[in-house]
Amino acid sequence: MSAPQYKTVNFTLNGVETHKMIDVRSSLMDMLRDNYSLHSVKEGCAVGECGACTVLIDGEVFNACIYLAVWVEGKEVITTEGLTGPNGELSEVQQAFVDEFAVQCGFCTPGFVVAAEALIRSGKTYTRDQLRKNLAGNLCRCTGYENIINAVETALERHHAAKVNAKVE
Amino acid sequence: MAIGKRTIRVDAYDKVTGRAKYTDDLCDKNALVARIVHSTIAHGYVKTVDTSEAERMPGVVKVLTCFDVPNRPIGTAGHPWHLEAAHRDVEDRLLLNRHVRFYGDDVAVVIAEDDVTADRAARAVKVEYEELPFVLDVREAMEDGAPQLHEEFKNNILGHTSIYKGNFAEAIKEEGLIKVEGWYDTPLVQHCHIENPVSYAYMEAGKVVVVASTQIPHIVRRVTAQALSLPWGSVRIVKPYIGGGFGNKQDALYEPLNAWLTTQVGGRLVKLEISREETFYATRTRHAIRFHLTSYVRPDGTFVARKFAAYSDQGAYASHGHGIAAKGMGAFPQLYPCDNLECDAYTVFTNKPVAGAMRGYGIPQAMFAGEAHIDDIAKALDVDPLEYRMRFVMPKGYAENFSMNVNYADSFRECLEKGMEEFDFKRKQKAYANQTGDIRRGVGVAVFWYNTGVWPISLESSACRMVLNQDGTIQLQMGETEIGQGADTTFAQMAADTLGIPFKHVHVISTQDTDITPFGTGAYASRQTYMGGFAIHQTALQLRDKILKHAQTLTRMPSYNLDLVDGYIVRTTDGERLMSLGKLATDVLYSMEYSEHITAESTYQCNSNAYSFGCSFAEVEVDIPMCKATLIKLTNVHDCGTLINPALAEAQVHGGMSMAIGYGLQEKMLFDEKTGRMLNDNLLDYKLCTTMDHPDLTALFVENAEPTSAYGTKSLGEPPTCSGAPAIRNAILHATGVAINETPITPHVLFERFNEENRFERLKEEQEEMQAQPVGAGAR
Repeated sequence: MSAPQYKTVNFTLNGVETHKMIDVRSSLMDMLRDNYSLHSVKEGCAVGECGACTVLIDGEVFNACIYLAVWVEGKEVITTEGLTGPNGELSEVQQAFVDEFAVQCGFCTPGFVVAAEALIRSGKTYTRDQLRKNLAGNLCRCTGYENIINAVETALERHHAAKVNAKVE
Repeated sequence: MAIGKRTIRVDAYDKVTGRAKYTDDLCDKNALVARIVHSTIAHGYVKTVDTSEAERMPGVVKVLTCFDVPNRPIGTAGHPWHLEAAHRDVEDRLLLNRHVRFYGDDVAVVIAEDDVTADRAARAVKVEYEELPFVLDVREAMEDGAPQLHEEFKNNILGHTSIYKGNFAEAIKEEGLIKVEGWYDTPLVQHCHIENPVSYAYMEAGKVVVVASTQIPHIVRRVTAQALSLPWGSVRIVKPYIGGGFGNKQDALYEPLNAWLTTQVGGRLVKLEISREETFYATRTRHAIRFHLTSYVRPDGTFVARKFAAYSDQGAYASHGHGIAAKGMGAFPQLYPCDNLECDAYTVFTNKPVAGAMRGYGIPQAMFAGEAHIDDIAKALDVDPLEYRMRFVMPKGYAENFSMNVNYADSFRECLEKGMEEFDFKRKQKAYANQTGDIRRGVGVAVFWYNTGVWPISLESSACRMVLNQDGTIQLQMGETEIGQGADTTFAQMAADTLGIPFKHVHVISTQDTDITPFGTGAYASRQTYMGGFAIHQTALQLRDKILKHAQTLTRMPSYNLDLVDGYIVRTTDGERLMSLGKLATDVLYSMEYSEHITAESTYQCNSNAYSFGCSFAEVEVDIPMCKATLIKLTNVHDCGTLINPALAEAQVHGGMSMAIGYGLQEKMLFDEKTGRMLNDNLLDYKLCTTMDHPDLTALFVENAEPTSAYGTKSLGEPPTCSGAPAIRNAILHATGVAINETPITPHVLFERFNEENRFERLKEEQEEMQAQPVGAGAR
């Protein structure tokens, strides 16, 4: 059995440049949980099926469990923790999840919040069917997805309304 | 009033920000890691376990096998302990088993310094077996000469109970009766909570501490102590937030093993987290039950005699055992009362993963069979299945002798009326009556029956502690657990309401720690709002009395003229706010004369139960040549009494409906007939519902306050899973004329059934007839 190899990874995590010496075999999920204590990145399957570990890498949605930690070299990673403001303010998506009762056990929630954040950041509008399609990579057993879809719809509506208001001002 | 409001969850902020801590989030990253070695045969004896190669690996701390574990069989079901031995759960497995009874049974454990080493070492453990024949089919397992799983259970029958009433044989002699009978099959499915079972254990202060993702901390403490032959007080279970349970975590899964492992390495911290694959085959499942139902009805539809037989697949170990099939059978005579009955339920061991509790506990199975059967009867009589139910389903005032339950309101008919209207059922039913073409729509309905809690079969008891802080807020502690359903929030609403303080002044301690938390049996049987409600109400009144006694001293007013309203001591004679509860609490605690830390704690033993009823309406579109059924709309209507938090209630119903959709159309654990190995033990091959598999879900309520309840509530946690699948099945029957008597109703099943019923040929004939007709004649 070969000895573990270590490598320094330099990347931006939730807006802050960082570097860490890690076991090259580590998944991004393991690194975020074990080396950065970012516990919002949940493990539900470890093989890219459930979406509980969803993070944004350079703005795109990825399952952190099947993404090697060393691959984030030079990239920008965002987790649910990174969406909350400096004074604990909730992001538009997080607030909508609270308001629409989209949270039950909460285990899939951070993954959904991140996946929805990507839709907000796309600047596009989505029909309910398109939302379903875009969120199909995240599994939830508690909610029947009803309030989750409602929450993402609400967040998008609020986001686009805010944009329109900003333009008017 | 805090009750009845759409109050935001107390844990919502922490959960959306990722701050809520679950078991693995709390575990020290340098914990030793345990990995289980599972059997690779379905039935046999472990002859030898060669651990030498694993033990030689650097980083391996210890390898333990089925030859090392205490010879103390355990029962894992999450039931309250019973003082009478006859009422206790069957104790039929060891922490690791030499006699392995299913593919995936627990044989050995590796403890290593990290995950990778633990995985490699587990693969290096070599197990030699003496193989025995195995049986996967429940009916075959009952036959003479079938492989025996447990010596003391002849023909593998773990349990057989009956309900007999009247005289079936005599009753069916009546002339002119119509006989309807059928076999109905339900599949083995899994809970699929997104957080896999995980725990970590260590020793501290002479105790074994286990932090675990469980629904039932106090029960797990008892089972763990029994497994290790320790005094019960020497085991401490801590339950943080959990990522769903749905009944799977209403079993002592691997907590006893984890506890034993730490004792084998000098009390060092050991984490035992299982994979998704292991969660599928090595934890618990929903019993697959095969039903045979027979009804004799008069041409006017009245029931004359009915027969019920259920064969419940227990898998390899007893766990919750016969309770599930027995509960399913119990619903049968109550739902559509009939004078002559012969009901038998059997629970049978097979060499498959172990079935336990799963949301609905036998009722989703029984409702699928029973409500499919009702539509079959309606079809035989050529009557409207909805009208048939309206006429014959349990009447108002129906009372049941065992549970002492009474159908106080006309819940069923009120729910059916409400759902029918929202669904536009009658119009759709008519519109879809004479369709032609490949693609057809249909609508269906099904009702469900449910109890609240487990009295009188088992103990029902709940305890509550309230501690007043100096600022007039309280800590609320319950033995009943938050598992995602929103229990903490509803408990806080109830406490605020009875005590007379603002909702925000209630701090719920979500974590249960058996060293600290008052006793409660936990989250199961849809019991917590009802049972916990009694304890909260009683404790709040006690705390209020203590507060008002001090208020008499502080305000110079008699306590009978004082009340606690919205966090203030109020003089009831004129409504004047005399002082805030915060000031009272501070003055009392720091008084040089009468200092008191004001607290209240009490236990309420509940000796009642409550009926919770409702129904589902489904609309489907069936592509006959493609053998594909698509759900277009699903509506559930529930009478669960007074809604403490309507938004949380709706959310509960959505989740249950989703599970019912999976049960009706998608989910099934598949097994290799040659080896007994589960074939689809992952979330790609096991078809859990995604966002794409659902239409929008509608949850409606009829609020008939339950008279026996502290807050007018009754069960809601499990009921939403119960009637969705048969409603879908009945909608497919309406659309195609073909009765599908098994779930999940996949294209494979539809293909076979359409073939059997010559549905493809008939489709062709129907279309040829259409074409033969003059233009315009057949147009709709």
